[in-house]
Amino acid sequence: MSITTDTMRVPAPERLAPALTTGWMGWARANLFSSWLNSIVTIALAFFIVKYLIGFVDWAFVNAIWNVPNDAAGRPDTSSCRDNKGLGACWAVITEKHRFMLFGTYPYEEHWRPALVCLLFIGLYIVSAMRRFWRKELVLIWAATLTVIALLMWGGVLGMAFVPQDRWGGLPITLILATFGLAFAFPLAILVALGRRSKLPAIKALCVLYVELIRGVPLISLLFMASVMFPLFLPEGMNIDKLLRAQIAIILFAGAYLAEVVRGGLQALSKGQYEAADALGLSYWQKTAFIILPQALRLVIPPLVNTFIGFFKDTSLVLIIGIFDLLTAGKTAIIEPMWQGFAVEVYVTIGLIYFVFCFAMSSYSSKLETELNRGRRR
Amino acid sequence: MENFSLRHIARGALGAIGAAIFALAAPAVAQTPAPAASSGGGINMIDTIRARGQLLCGVNTGLAGFAQPNSQGVWVGFDVDYCRAVAIAIFGTDQNRVRYVPTTAQVRFTALQSGEVDLLSRNTTWTLSRDTSLGLDFTAINFYDGQGFLVKRSLNVTSARQLDGATICVQPGTTTEQNLADWARGARINIRPVVIERLEDNVAAYLAGRCDAYTTDVSGLAAIRSAQQVPNDHVILPDVISKEPLGALVRHGDQRFADLVRWVHFGLIAAEEFGVTAANAAQLATTDNRPEVQRILGRTGGLGQMMGVDNAWMLNVIRTLGNYGEIFTRNLTPIGLQRGPNALWTTPGGQQYAPPFR
Repeated sequence: MSITTDTMRVPAPERLAPALTTGWMGWARANLFSSWLNSIVTIALAFFIVKYLIGFVDWAFVNAIWNVPNDAAGRPDTSSCRDNKGLGACWAVITEKHRFMLFGTYPYEEHWRPALVCLLFIGLYIVSAMRRFWRKELVLIWAATLTVIALLMWGGVLGMAFVPQDRWGGLPITLILATFGLAFAFPLAILVALGRRSKLPAIKALCVLYVELIRGVPLISLLFMASVMFPLFLPEGMNIDKLLRAQIAIILFAGAYLAEVVRGGLQALSKGQYEAADALGLSYWQKTAFIILPQALRLVIPPLVNTFIGFFKDTSLVLIIGIFDLLTAGKTAIIEPMWQGFAVEVYVTIGLIYFVFCFAMSSYSSKLETELNRGRRR
Repeated sequence: MENFSLRHIARGALGAIGAAIFALAAPAVAQTPAPAASSGGGINMIDTIRARGQLLCGVNTGLAGFAQPNSQGVWVGFDVDYCRAVAIAIFGTDQNRVRYVPTTAQVRFTALQSGEVDLLSRNTTWTLSRDTSLGLDFTAINFYDGQGFLVKRSLNVTSARQLDGATICVQPGTTTEQNLADWARGARINIRPVVIERLEDNVAAYLAGRCDAYTTDVSGLAAIRSAQQVPNDHVILPDVISKEPLGALVRHGDQRFADLVRWVHFGLIAAEEFGVTAANAAQLATTDNRPEVQRILGRTGGLGQMMGVDNAWMLNVIRTLGNYGEIFTRNLTPIGLQRGPNALWTTPGGQQYAPPFR
């Protein structure tokens, strides 16, 4: 072992990597300023983002008006908002109208009931989303919660005043239509999807007919049929509730769309899965419940959620038959002359509410997808 | 065929649900044996409403001044007050006695035909075809409306005839668009209509100067004008180019109910004519010695019983809602409407007139 002094030179002290290649500066250099064209685009975009962000913050917060005084007649005096138009938002319209937007024509002093109903719905969604609650008892939880919701909305018991359905409105209507619509449409869709692949010609024809007929018309025309044509066929004095008619139309419509989504999942499974289940001697229903559906449904989570989100928003179409859902209530709130012209504020608020629900659905579904498809991730 | 109604036809076709889709086309085929529901002794609407405990009243889904829920979700407006007036005439009070059914323009007639509502008080123009072909009856004209023009004051236009060559914003698919074309042809002037679907977009286009004028019913123009930053910057031209008489409708089948709705309106007019108001009605009912006032307020004459309601029917209505003028002032003055043709016949230009109460 003879090591020359040459090779035993003391190593030079470590130096940091050049500042421009590491850290955020390095990242920015590599991604934002890698060429002169890139730099120009970055600077231009940054300019617009900052400019409009400042504009928006100014409009929405700095210059916004949150309250307006009442005039001599006790009515809100919106002149300060009108002078401020274009400079700042008039959130006073929300302050004044938020209860109408959320609960519609529900009796004012009873608003705690629909408020509680909304919370119950949200609680129900959260519980249903947690995998530890995915047991048979979940059905009971749903049944119990929906009963409580019905009791709260209608009242007439426990000292709560009776509130007829035609006075319901706002967010509870949207949640009721969406929740019941999808909760009933989903099982219906599975049955129809299975029926469409059935070897029994009558069942198959029926399912094909249902899907094609319902899918072939717009939801609006179904709602119109339900609200305009249907009552003419009922005997005098018999009126099926308007909300129920709309609800059934939505269930049928969502059912047809979801059925095709589920069928997509069924088609995607390889034939081997069916044959393997047959080889095990499972009955049709055992095969479907334990082998086919669990695989097929997890395959179609993205299109399912797509349809769910679509229908959550489509419930706002009930406005054409005079039901005050969240969006219609918002539109109606700004009909009063003093509040006319503050549509942007109202629509921003309503959009935010829709966004919260839809975004929650989509982010939950993407998590669920990752978890369930862990075995087949590529 | 005056008793024809979709309902009769539809019920006849009940056996063939498949024909549902064609029901709108069915009248031509199926109208021969339509049962004459109006041939006396048929349905008694007033009793039906009494038994139900509520008047089902179809109103607009939201029209400033006429029908809209306020911030507390309570329905208010001119048309709403007519619902309340009829309910009060029947029940003596309107507490929980009216169920408002918001109806869109498309479903309003079906709602009445199918019995979803008893009364349609929803700014509906009385026309011959509507009166004859729908199985419905107009009761009385409670508001004389008409199509007019809104222009900016800075244009210095004082008459619609000066709008030659002007661009005019208008909503499509309504009689408004047709009226505008008819009027321009008749007046031999050229206008360039700008057709925009939504009301808000129309107003925005007008304000932005995309159009010189905006045309719709005068009541709508007044509401738009009053909502502007400086209402005085805009003028509603005096020209009215169409007749839009609005009133409440009932279904064929019970003329007595139609009578009641009609005479509630006349009662409100007469009350204004005789100076009976919400404040003094109760007192005048016992002290006023004018015979017609005594009959209106139910002290003599037994007019209420002839209508099938309590003799104090109009007293209760006026005590709660006031007379026609008070209803107008409460609901329509705030949106910037003048009485104009809706003033009493005793005022020049006024057309609201009530037959005698005797």
